[in-house]
Amino acid sequence: MNDQPVIRVNKVSKSFRLPHEKYTGLKQALINFRPGRGESEQQKVLNNISFNIKKGEFFGIVGRNGSGKSTMLKLLAQIYVPDNGGVHIDGSLTPFIELGVGFNPELTGRENVYLNGALLGFDRKQTQAMYNDIVSFAELEPFMDQKLKNYSSGMQVRLAFSVAIRAQSDILLIDEVLAVGDALFQKKCYEYFRELKRQGRTVVFVSHDTGALEEYCDRGALIEKGELILEGPITDVITRYTKILSSSEVQEANEQGISDDGHWGSGLARIERVGITTPSGKSQNEYKEDEPIKVSVTFSAAQDIPSPVCGITITDIKNGVIFQSNTLWVKQPLRDMAAGDKVELEWTLPNYFNSGTFYVSPAVSDRFGIEVYDWAEGAAQFMVTKKQKSHAVINVKHQLTARYEDNQRG
Amino acid sequence: MHLQNILSHRNRALLRELVATDFKLRYQGSALGYLWSLFRPLFLFAILYIVFGYFAKFGGNIDHYPVYLLLGIVLWNFFVEATNFGLGSIVNRGDLIRKINFPKYIIVVSGSISALINLCISLVVVLLFVLLAGIHLRPVVILLPFLIVELYIFALAVAFFLSALYVKYRDVSYIWELVMQAGIYATPIIIPISLVLAQSRLAAKVMLLNPIAQIIQDARYVLVTPSTDTLYKLTHNWLSVITPLIIIIVLVITAALYFRANAKYFAENV
Repeated sequence: MNDQPVIRVNKVSKSFRLPHEKYTGLKQALINFRPGRGESEQQKVLNNISFNIKKGEFFGIVGRNGSGKSTMLKLLAQIYVPDNGGVHIDGSLTPFIELGVGFNPELTGRENVYLNGALLGFDRKQTQAMYNDIVSFAELEPFMDQKLKNYSSGMQVRLAFSVAIRAQSDILLIDEVLAVGDALFQKKCYEYFRELKRQGRTVVFVSHDTGALEEYCDRGALIEKGELILEGPITDVITRYTKILSSSEVQEANEQGISDDGHWGSGLARIERVGITTPSGKSQNEYKEDEPIKVSVTFSAAQDIPSPVCGITITDIKNGVIFQSNTLWVKQPLRDMAAGDKVELEWTLPNYFNSGTFYVSPAVSDRFGIEVYDWAEGAAQFMVTKKQKSHAVINVKHQLTARYEDNQRG
Repeated sequence: MHLQNILSHRNRALLRELVATDFKLRYQGSALGYLWSLFRPLFLFAILYIVFGYFAKFGGNIDHYPVYLLLGIVLWNFFVEATNFGLGSIVNRGDLIRKINFPKYIIVVSGSISALINLCISLVVVLLFVLLAGIHLRPVVILLPFLIVELYIFALAVAFFLSALYVKYRDVSYIWELVMQAGIYATPIIIPISLVLAQSRLAAKVMLLNPIAQIIQDARYVLVTPSTDTLYKLTHNWLSVITPLIIIIVLVITAALYFRANAKYFAENV
C-alpha cells in the first residue's frame, strides 16, 4: 500500500437551497427576486469536512439518514460542486454511485448493457468483448432480448451489478449496494469486494451494514448532521456510530413514556410506569462495565385480582429474548389486590449484557401466569457499552490465565 | 468544456449510445416506426398545399410552389424539433444527471442529432420531389450543405441556451411553444416573402435578417428556383447579408457561456 493520498477532501462545505423556496417559474422569480439570493433559503448539508484517502484503501463513510454522507459521496463523484473547499482526485474514478444508472425499462437487456457500458466509459467494441461474460455472470442468457420492464427487480440488479464490476477505474464509489438482492447476490458482492481488495484498488463505501463495513474497510469517517465527527480506524468509527445511533434511540423511546399501541391483554390490570435506573435510582441512558441495572415496574389493578403475577422480558434485536423473570418463578408471590391498588416492583440485575440496546417488556397476568392482564411490549430501553469485546449474548468479567509447560531445552 | 474532451473517444461512445437510445425509443411500439418521420412533414405539406396553394393561391408567381413549400416546412420542422428536444433534454435526463458525472453537453447534442437524422430523411423526400417536379439542378446547389450546417449550429445554440434556462424556469417551455407558433407566420414559410414585399420593403428586409428566414430562402434559392427572394437580392448590401451570421455567432457564444456556468449545478437543481 502506497501512502500517497488519492482522494483529498479539503474543508468542503455544501448547502442546498430548500425546495419550497426554489422558484421554478418566472412568476416566482419575479416575486422573489432579491439581489444576492436570501441566505434564509440555504440549508447547510456539509460543514467544513476534511479527510484523505490513501491508495488501495477501503474507506467507509458512516452516518445516519440525512447526515450528509450521500452528499459527500456525490461530491467525491463530482456530481455536485462544493460551495467552499475542494475535492482532489488522483486517478480515474468510476463516475457512478448506484447500480443500473441509465437503465431504461423500454429497452431490452442487451441494449441496456451497451448503454450502461457507455456510461462506464466503454465503447461498443469493448462492451461487445465483455458481453458474454456479463450475461453469464448475471445468469440471464435466455432473457437478454426481453425488455427490461419485464425483468424482476432481482434480475435487474444482477444485470446492473454484472456490468458495474467491469469498471476498470482506480477508485470506486459504492453506495448501499448491499441493501438490494438476495443472500446469493450478497455473497457475490462480498466476493467482488474481496477481489477488489486483493487488486489493491481504492474503494469508498457507504453503507448501514456495520458488519460489512467492519469486515472490508480499513478506515472510515463518521458524519453526523453535516459535521465530520471522527476519521480513523473503522472499528473506532463504528463504535462511535453505534453509540450515536443507540443513544438517540433510547432517548426518543424513554421520552415517549408508555404508549397505548404497545399494550395488549384483558385489561384487569394496567402497567403504569417502567423505569430503568442505576441501583441508586439515577436514570441514565448508558450502562458501563460495572453498573448494575434496576428495572422498576408499577402497575394498578382495575378489578379485584387475587395474587397476580408480574414479570419482565428483556430482548435485543439480534438474539431475541435474553432474560426473563417473574414473581412466580422467583417464588415471591404478590398479595391479592383490590381495584385501584398499586404496586411497584424492582429487579436489580448484574450487568452481564453485551454492548447493545435492550428492550424491556413488563407484563401482569393471573396467579397461574396464563391469562395476561396487561403486556407492554418494549416499554423501556437501555443501552450497554462495554470496553471488553465479545460477539456472544453475554459479556462478563472473567479471569484468564495461561500456564506454559516449557520443554527441557537443555 | 475542453475541446479535447468534446472529441474524446469515451464521450463519442456515450453520445453514440444516447442517440441510438433516443432513436430506438422514439417510435417504439408503433407499427410504421421510422416511416412516421416521413409521414408527418408530408401530411402537413398536403394540408398546407391544399389550403394555401390551391384555395388561397399563395404560390401564384412562384415556380414549383409545392416543392418550395415542402422545403420550407422540412427546414422549419427541424428547427422546431431540435429546439424542443434540446429544451427538455437536461430536465428529462435528471435521473442520470443526479447519479453520474459526465459532460452534460452530450445530452443536448444527442437530442439535436436525432432531429438531424430526421432532417436527412425528410431531405431525401424533398430531393425526390425536386426530381419528380423536373427541376433542373444548378451548380449553386453545392451550397445547400453549408446552409444545413448553419441551420444546425443555430438550432444547437438555441437548444443549449433553452435547456439550461429550463432547469431554472419551467415556464420556458410554454413561452417557447408560443414563439414557435408565432414563428411559423413571422418566417416566410407558407406566406411567400413577395406578399410582404408588396406591403413594405423594409418589413421584408427585417424578416429576412432572422437567420431561420435567411436560411430557408437561401435553401429555396439554391435548390428550387432562382426567382426566390433572398436577403442579398433585396438588400445588395454585404453588411446586412452577414447580419444573420453575426446573430448566430453571438448566440453561440452566449449559449456556450451560459450553459457552462450552469452545468455544474444541474445535478442539484434539476
